Amino acid sequence: MSEDKFTFTVDGIEIEAEAGQSIIQACDAAGVYIPRLCYHPDLEPAGHCRVCTCKIDGRRSSACTMPAAHGMVVESDTAELNGDRRILIEMLFAEGNHFCPSCEKSGDCELQALGYRLGMVAVTLPYLWPERELDATHPDIFIDRNRCILCSRCIRASRTEDGKTVFGFEGRGIHLRLNIDAKHLDETTLAAADKGVHVCPVGCIVIKRTGYRTPYGNRQFDQAPIGSEIEARRARPKRGVESK
Amino acid sequence: MAKPKLATCSLAGCFGCHMSLLDIDERLVELIDLVDLDKSPLDDKKKFDCVVDIGLVEGGCANEHNVRVLQDFRKNCRVLVSVGACAINGGIPAMRNLVGLRECLEEAYLNGPTIEDGGMIPNDEDLPLLLDRVYPSHEIVKIDYFLPGCPPSADTIWAALKALLTGKEPELPYQLFKYE
Repeated sequence: MSEDKFTFTVDGIEIEAEAGQSIIQACDAAGVYIPRLCYHPDLEPAGHCRVCTCKIDGRRSSACTMPAAHGMVVESDTAELNGDRRILIEMLFAEGNHFCPSCEKSGDCELQALGYRLGMVAVTLPYLWPERELDATHPDIFIDRNRCILCSRCIRASRTEDGKTVFGFEGRGIHLRLNIDAKHLDETTLAAADKGVHVCPVGCIVIKRTGYRTPYGNRQFDQAPIGSEIEARRARPKRGVESK
Repeated sequence: MAKPKLATCSLAGCFGCHMSLLDIDERLVELIDLVDLDKSPLDDKKKFDCVVDIGLVEGGCANEHNVRVLQDFRKNCRVLVSVGACAINGGIPAMRNLVGLRECLEEAYLNGPTIEDGGMIPNDEDLPLLLDRVYPSHEIVKIDYFLPGCPPSADTIWAALKALLTGKEPELPYQLFKYE
């Protein structure tokens, strides 16, 4: 082990990390999946959704924003934390208008996939049925805010990856909504190739005429749970034999 | 020993979940060996005359009649299962919750592009009163199990039904657990 490397444990599994890595980055590299929603590996973490909340040395904190440190003891895959995560997912379903059967993102949707992974058979909280806007003025892209979960991925990607300021938040608390820097989407500089369009975890920002290219049943989360691609890294045998 | 009794109903649904139940193909033969069908649209039995073991509810509650049927099912079914997206969250009929009942009726019967000569909103006393919005069944009565899907596939319904009939907890394999 080199000098800038250290270890900590997650649910008793020893994880090797480098200085500067967050808990979620080190766990991803080591093949230990921590459920997350607003975190995206290509973007700065925001700590918005709280789905990746773990008990870190006994205290709750989001694994996407907490830097890994030597000797940390992290709990993640526990009944208590997964129960809280499921309630967070239920809250997101209840406070938006999510109609999975008629959504082009079904099967590729991270919100839905987390519902599957965390065993959400029904939303037990009362639905709010809010009034949300849809903007289909852009020739290639539409925004359906009924499905927006306010993860801020598009905002971060538009700013840091696309060098634009197309997206932003407006309002506070329950009135928080995704805003754009013009009255209508076709008056913005947004393009279908922008990172800000591709990082949406749900069916809120959708590229037109692509929704049903992959049929239901063959989509990303249809056969295996979200996170299994990360967990597969752990099962993979080490390359070669370490020489001294 | 008498076979367990199964009842089904379709509230604000499209009968797709019932079609999916029938889609279990040759396992239907096995099913009739396992259960007696009680009140259900499949045998057109109109009333409960005893408490049954399992009730399957398709569809959410869009009107007064749906609520009465659902309450009747709760009273007469030992185990009540919400089957499909509409029973679980209102489904496609619940899309009207986003526009309001009056606006919805006015668009359908007064202002729609195919309306000629004014039109009128139906208000016959024989029509069940529409609720202010479409409700998931568990917001009306207690539900014991949920089978998501639109519809849940034949395999999903079969797996859950067989588990319940043999006294096991219905646990679905990942591939059968779907919201769409």
